[in-house]
Amino acid sequence: MNIIKHRKIFYIISAVMLVPGIISFIFNGLHLGIDFTGGSRIELGNVSELSEQELQQTLENVIPVVSIQQTGDNTYLVRTEPISQQQNDEALSVVKSKDIGVRQLSFETVGATIGSETTQKAFLAVVIASLLITGYIAYVFREVSKPLASWKYGTAAVVALLHDVIFVVGVFSILGVLFHVEVDALFITALLTVMGFSVHDSIVVFDRIRENLKREVPLPFDEVVNASLLETLNRSLNTSISTILVLFTLLLFTDGALRWFIFALFIGVLSGTFSSIFNASPLLVTWNNWDQKRKRKIKK
Amino acid sequence: MKHSRIFVGLIFFFSLILLVLNLPIQYTASIDRSHIPFLSDPTQQQAPIEIPVIQPYKLGLDLQGGARLTYDLKMDDISDVNRENALESTRSIIDQRINVFGVSESVIQTIKTGNESRIVVELPGVTDVNQAIDLIGKTAQLSFWEPSQEDLSAEDATSSAYPLGATFFLNGKKPVQTQLTGKDLEAATVGFNPQNGATEVVLNFTPQGTKFFADITKRNVGNPVLIVLDNEVIQAPVVQSEIPNGQASITGGYTTEQAKTLSIALNAGALPVPLELVAQSNVGPSLGIASLQQSLFAGILGLVSVVFFMVLIYKKEGLLASLALLVYTLIVLFIFKIVPVTLTLAGIAGFILSVGMAVDANILIFERMKEELRAGKTKSQAIEQGFKRAWTSIRDSNISSLITCLILFYFGTGIVRGFALTLAIGIFVSMFSAIIVTRNFLRVFDGGNIKNQSNLGGNVERKIKIPRFLPFGR
Repeated sequence: MNIIKHRKIFYIISAVMLVPGIISFIFNGLHLGIDFTGGSRIELGNVSELSEQELQQTLENVIPVVSIQQTGDNTYLVRTEPISQQQNDEALSVVKSKDIGVRQLSFETVGATIGSETTQKAFLAVVIASLLITGYIAYVFREVSKPLASWKYGTAAVVALLHDVIFVVGVFSILGVLFHVEVDALFITALLTVMGFSVHDSIVVFDRIRENLKREVPLPFDEVVNASLLETLNRSLNTSISTILVLFTLLLFTDGALRWFIFALFIGVLSGTFSSIFNASPLLVTWNNWDQKRKRKIKK
Repeated sequence: MKHSRIFVGLIFFFSLILLVLNLPIQYTASIDRSHIPFLSDPTQQQAPIEIPVIQPYKLGLDLQGGARLTYDLKMDDISDVNRENALESTRSIIDQRINVFGVSESVIQTIKTGNESRIVVELPGVTDVNQAIDLIGKTAQLSFWEPSQEDLSAEDATSSAYPLGATFFLNGKKPVQTQLTGKDLEAATVGFNPQNGATEVVLNFTPQGTKFFADITKRNVGNPVLIVLDNEVIQAPVVQSEIPNGQASITGGYTTEQAKTLSIALNAGALPVPLELVAQSNVGPSLGIASLQQSLFAGILGLVSVVFFMVLIYKKEGLLASLALLVYTLIVLFIFKIVPVTLTLAGIAGFILSVGMAVDANILIFERMKEELRAGKTKSQAIEQGFKRAWTSIRDSNISSLITCLILFYFGTGIVRGFALTLAIGIFVSMFSAIIVTRNFLRVFDGGNIKNQSNLGGNVERKIKIPRFLPFGR
């Protein structure tokens, strides 16, 4: 099996995976939750007498409702503009006057300033994590700066990582359009975890490349990379399978906000496995070929 | 080899201890003071010393229900040098107020981000959020008002310049604030009226306050004086005679509990900074219990599926790795218990994810061992080489994950931090279990030494069978 030889095919597969999400993101963005926008979220359980419409009408008279969503048997998630505890209590008593059994499962409110702060921090966290990881990889691969500079390993790992971030964000942009899936603070956590995981995978392959480059018998760079990929393929797949098994069981037995968090991790790990095998290492070869071509031009 | 066997024995021994310690039990050692001479006082009946030896797991709000309130401190009027102080004293005042509320395990955090100062209050198990919000936000500004010479005009009667109700009590005179305020209070205590037994809050003034109070009562004999709390008249007693001893009492028809709350609020003094509630979340207790059960079940199932997978792929080695994984689980749960790490849904997810990552190190090692065996090494050589060669990639990949955890912890709040912390603990412990524990298990149980052949029935020089099931067999 020669992954490196067919690398262009894998680049194209990646593009196909990413493009729909990117388009959706450009046109629709993400369906941001109150963690980012500010607002209130009320979870009502045991709503048996009122229909969704009746509930909406009842609530709209008391509080500024943004949306209502049924989340399970007789449970509803109500999003509103930021409201106070008093307003919440008022709304609850009005609902209870029409449907005595209703219980409030949770109430959450986030001020607008906190919301914009969370957005900033999230962005900053992703950028800083990328930089630190590049720096760290450049440092641990400093012994193998030939034929490729060690910071290029770091960059390739980060490209693979961005691949996964873009994929997950894209999928959630599409999910936001289709199913009104909201993005919350946990989503950022999922993204950063996926980043860590993706780099984890890339490093294992790079580590093998490092080892094989140190051998006495010199092989062409692309052959070294391909051999290293194949040697670590079993490990990559087995690790991904065990992690995906765990995530899959989590997916089956959780619900609500946590389920989408697990789902983000799930598709992120899938994407991470793909990108670290089929993007990160092949990119090293592509980059090396560019460098060679440029050097030859300069010599001429 | 001998060392390995001792080590493995110790691992089993400690695992058993950890297993017991991880059970959902609570144990508080109680020592009678009479056994300790220098702590006992025979003349008095003393409570025994209680030391919590084993505490239960600490559950986050999302798992046990409760409220989290986030306050912004309005520091605009406070000079930069005093802000640190103001934040700290606000924190301690809120702390005192919450203690009155009787919430165990409440957590108060101060957060500074850029120019903003925040206080996050977590109240596990609190269902009456309104009462909590009232109590925390209470400014407890005490002041005393007296009638002036001027008559009250029609506009004044509805003016908001005066405390609520102030214009009713002064027989048509304008209210005016005296010098006496909460600052002049030495202490407030709960007492009972000697005449009718009603609960009252007794105020003791400082020397300065005593003088003010004496002056006020002297010039107002026969007139009402208003006791105002938080811009509301709570009492308007008519002065009978001058009070020189610096004592006053508020009898507002309080229950003992209310009087206690008020006295503590008065003692704690006014909040130095106005607060604004900027974020809030309450979780009902039923939702919390459902989430806890769900996540525990998912955790056990996740663990079982990984064990199943490892045994399927790596047979005997997989079984040993699974044993190491159990040791890992016991250690991590124990750390959660003693630190204690507050467990939230996201935190448990982080822990379960770290189980997946913990087996990664073993997978790396086993794959390496297989390569070494194919290259013609003996089993024991393969074990040692496998561990040695896999180490650099285990180290580098785990450090990069730890970098991510660090950033999550630094930038995140609440749930995000919980996730980062449990994941980081998981990564550290997994390096120990996957490398040290598994290695010694393999040495002892997987034919590391020919001498062992007889007692373990081991197949020492046989190569590991390459598993038939490989996802992409080569």
